[in-house]
Amino acid sequence: MSSGMLRQMRPTLVYALLGIVFMFAAPHVLQLFTIINLTTAIALAILALSLALIWGYGGILCFGQVAFFGLGAYVYTISAINIGGSTWAILIAVLLTSAFAAALGYFIFFGRVSDVYLGVITLTVTLIFFSLIRRTSGPEYKIGKALLGGFNGVSSPPINLPWDARTFLFPEQVFYVAMAALILCYVFAGWLVNTKFGRVCVSIRENELRSELLGYDVRLYKLGIFTIGAGIAAVGGVMFCNGVGRITPDVFNLYNAALTIIWVIVGGRGTLIGPAGATFALFYLTSALGGQSVLNNNLVLGVILIVFVLLVPKGVAPTVIDWVNRRRRKRPVRSRRRRRSRAEDAG
Amino acid sequence: MTRQRGEVVVETRDLCMHFGGVRAVDQVDFTLFDRELRCLIGPNGAGKSTFFKCLTGQLTPTSGDVIIRGQEMTGAEPFEVASLGVGIKTQVPNVFDGLTVEENIWLSARRWHGESRARSLTAETIERLRLGDIRRTLVGQLAHGQRQWVELGMVVAAEPWLVLLDEPAAGMTHEETYRTVELIEEINKTSALIVVEHDMQFIRMISRTVTLFHEGRILMQDTMEAISADPRAREVYLGHRA
Repeated sequence: MSSGMLRQMRPTLVYALLGIVFMFAAPHVLQLFTIINLTTAIALAILALSLALIWGYGGILCFGQVAFFGLGAYVYTISAINIGGSTWAILIAVLLTSAFAAALGYFIFFGRVSDVYLGVITLTVTLIFFSLIRRTSGPEYKIGKALLGGFNGVSSPPINLPWDARTFLFPEQVFYVAMAALILCYVFAGWLVNTKFGRVCVSIRENELRSELLGYDVRLYKLGIFTIGAGIAAVGGVMFCNGVGRITPDVFNLYNAALTIIWVIVGGRGTLIGPAGATFALFYLTSALGGQSVLNNNLVLGVILIVFVLLVPKGVAPTVIDWVNRRRRKRPVRSRRRRRSRAEDAG
Repeated sequence: MTRQRGEVVVETRDLCMHFGGVRAVDQVDFTLFDRELRCLIGPNGAGKSTFFKCLTGQLTPTSGDVIIRGQEMTGAEPFEVASLGVGIKTQVPNVFDGLTVEENIWLSARRWHGESRARSLTAETIERLRLGDIRRTLVGQLAHGQRQWVELGMVVAAEPWLVLLDEPAAGMTHEETYRTVELIEEINKTSALIVVEHDMQFIRMISRTVTLFHEGRILMQDTMEAISADPRAREVYLGHRA
């Protein structure tokens, strides 16, 4: 890694370090119930991260990121039941989901489908999964040994130690795995956006025609980041069904598809930490709201979305970064002036 | 490289671009030689910009052929044309507004070179185009003329052997236009150029051979002096100004 890349990645590594501290401290401080809940939030944060990557950096507004998340969870669950262990199941889940995204993306990007229709297509694919899997409640719907279970879903076998299918991880240990997965995905995405590939993707977001006129095959770059994003979403899906213990077709519903977009809007496009952080905040907000009956949950989320679109259109993280940068830019000027006046005094 | 002056680098044969019943480009046979500097002029709607877009792959011609350095490029994607080593500047500035000037230029240099060469080429280009003061400014915050220069910088940084410019001086101040003329002449030392322009003053400053478009066809092809003197040309184009 070059020194330039290291400098670019410094904030990413700092956040990753904070994540590691949290990962080791949380189980000592928090109760088991909270830790299990947190695992679910972490899984959703990975999902948000994947959309932050492809929308915030690739400019691809995928309305069905949750499709890859759910597909990852289903593929993991079905493979783990059939194989009788999680090691290969995780790999299969990530690879198969990426392959599915690559096939879908091939038609979208090489067919030069415009942005609006991309949103429509990806959302439609999500809803097709939703309807399709809901109708699979019957003994005839099974893949290998795994019954699909219709709207009741399938219960997911917990993760075991690599290549040791008899040693399952306890919920507390699954938390470590999920947190590690989030941190690894985050650092990977942070690295990716600073590579040539990532910078070209950003240029395509800024001006597709110009990137093309510079000689970049934009279709290939978009397909690439879309596929990688789907792979990360699948990792989130695997962690999600581990946190919850089962996977149901509800993961593919419109509410979840829209929620993913809200996390990224609130957290801020063009950053990775913002959407991941916003996911935790909104997850706990909805959990807290679930405990009371005065305000409707969806109403509050709706209001939050409207407030952000109107008042903080860039999202939390970019707004904070702008504010810090502006302060930082002011400060050296002041100190320089002070130094000069001191020099004059001395002279 | 064995290329020598006099080789044909761009050729169109019987090129047509029709939009419904409108013949924007009609049966155009065009030839450009290596290291040549050619201006395309014509009144509004003469078809020069459409012709330009057929060359760059932004439009797929209705019929006819586009051949660039011996390769059939009819209906190629813009990135395929650019990947031959062709530098393209569009009429409306196409730049990366949300990125810095430096990043804009780097993205062009990096297409052709590895990490370190791209970095040094970016620095050279910024110096050459005198963009040093604004290198870390977001391009979206710049004035129109400066944005044009950033786009020219991206073209130059790719070290193209053929440069296609659509109205490079549009919206530039007098001083900027003058510097653009200088830059074009400098580029012409190593590459062939096709420049679509509206500004007669500008064309007089740079022109060698001028191709005059009228109603989708090439009306004449000659020096600027000869065209200025021709009664037909005066009627279709210059007459509007005189």
